[in-house]
Amino acid sequence: MKKVIEGSMAVAEAVKVCRPHVISAYPITPQTHIVENLSQFVADGDLKSQFVNVESEFGAASVILGASATGARAYSTTTSQGLLLMTEVLFNIAGLRFPVVITCTNRAVSAPINIWNDQQDVMTIRDSGWILLFAEDNQEAADMHLQAFKIGEHPEIMLPVMVNMDGFILTHAFEPIEFIDQKMADEFLPPYKPELYLTTKNPLTFGILAEPDWYMETRYRLQKAIEASSDMIEEVADQFKKTFGRYQGGLVEKYRLDGAETVIVSMGSVVGTIKEVADELRDKGKKVGVLKIRAFRPFPKEAIYDALKNVKNVIVMEKAISLGATGILYDEIKAALYGKPSQPKISGFIAGLGGRDIPKESIMKVIEKGEAGISDNVFVDLKENLIGGK
Amino acid sequence: MLKEIRIHGRGGQGVVTAAELLAVAAFEDGKYAQAFPTFTSERMGAPVQSFVRIADHKVRARNQIYEPDFLIIQDYTLIGAVDLLKGLKPDGLVIVDTEKNPEEVGLKTKARILTIPASRIAMEILGRPIQNTTLMGAFAGATGLISLEAIKRSVMERFPGELGKKNVAAVEKAYELLKGAKND
Repeated sequence: MKKVIEGSMAVAEAVKVCRPHVISAYPITPQTHIVENLSQFVADGDLKSQFVNVESEFGAASVILGASATGARAYSTTTSQGLLLMTEVLFNIAGLRFPVVITCTNRAVSAPINIWNDQQDVMTIRDSGWILLFAEDNQEAADMHLQAFKIGEHPEIMLPVMVNMDGFILTHAFEPIEFIDQKMADEFLPPYKPELYLTTKNPLTFGILAEPDWYMETRYRLQKAIEASSDMIEEVADQFKKTFGRYQGGLVEKYRLDGAETVIVSMGSVVGTIKEVADELRDKGKKVGVLKIRAFRPFPKEAIYDALKNVKNVIVMEKAISLGATGILYDEIKAALYGKPSQPKISGFIAGLGGRDIPKESIMKVIEKGEAGISDNVFVDLKENLIGGK
Repeated sequence: MLKEIRIHGRGGQGVVTAAELLAVAAFEDGKYAQAFPTFTSERMGAPVQSFVRIADHKVRARNQIYEPDFLIIQDYTLIGAVDLLKGLKPDGLVIVDTEKNPEEVGLKTKARILTIPASRIAMEILGRPIQNTTLMGAFAGATGLISLEAIKRSVMERFPGELGKKNVAAVEKAYELLKGAKND
């Protein structure tokens, strides 16, 4: 069944068929309709799940941590300041190797207060050990939740997964969505049965003190697990395609890269607009392609090099920055190509911060700039009159 | 085929619902559709916009609509207060909720202007001046881009029961008033 529904509803429907035992939520503004819809499903008896309304985002993260420790499948969603408040717990969840799933409906962080979209929030937990996936449209966002649980819960992975979707731009957009059949979902995502979990029958402790003799090895194993998830992400995307017939890419999606001289690299919903621009330029005979990063952690450096090695100009466009350094994705793309035989020009652009729209014309200009020379850390569509210019 | 619609109104007038229902209806007609609001802090009475894209292929663009084919103006008092016509295609179409004639509304454009007393129709049929569904009927009638049947279904699905029936009556009335008007 296909229907036009809001992005938040599409995600709620997808989470429903994943049958989470526990859902926690703190209904702060900005929250999305995702948890509103899920709480409705639970209240209506359409979803057998324990819905826990908590006192803060810190509490929301703590509830799914605790639930997962007992062997439950657990889910929450947050954004922006809420994600920042969760941060301490999120590092714990990854360290404890609990395969929970959180949807981050990406939005800007304060100050100044801004409830609109960019991807700065998730960058805060870039180094936490979470698998970080980014969706381009609402179907992909919905589908990604089934994939997220499946990847994270695999016995060789056992890691939390964050599904990132652009706040407002996707969460509040209505578009046709293919609903996921419960039976097929059950086949694709069987019940979660961890080897170890908290039970009074077999008392265990998780996350106790690890002295210098022990701690470093836990971090090494965390690193190995997240590296191993690369193959799992590809495999699960293929399995999803087999079951549901939809494929939006594995670690990356390559769009019109055949013979491309210029490739724009980006993540999230803006990739859709960039694809339209690439089509228009291809029609004019310009060899432009797009590389969509679906998995930001694990960072798919081999896939990225493979996609970009025959390209002249690489243009990274992102909605976040490491203040005092450079665009984060930009930096990592450069690192992925460092020391390799092929060395394309790589330019970095910061765009769409705090909900600033990214029109096609701006993308065209970015392409022109990136083809003309190396641009570093260029903020797209700045208003000169607001920064002391004319 | 890609047609872009921009809807202007004020917070509380159902501008977002109108966009949503147009997208639902277009999809019912077998087209691809995308609808999204502009994202402002919701305040009653503040100028707001929503956007709809209708196409015969998947819509991937996420940028706002800068060069609409169609404008729907739900609130007449926005004329002069907001640059409503910005980017409107010269061969485009504007539908305004007003009692006035097109030449009296104060919009300077090469595009075609159609007026319809949607608030009055809504007041008469619904008992409330919520003109969004009425204007959807007007849009379907004037453009033929969406079928009347699809609009009616999307309205009934959103507002089941008596409220839906009343809204459908308003849709039908507006549809008849502007039916084929674009080609007159």
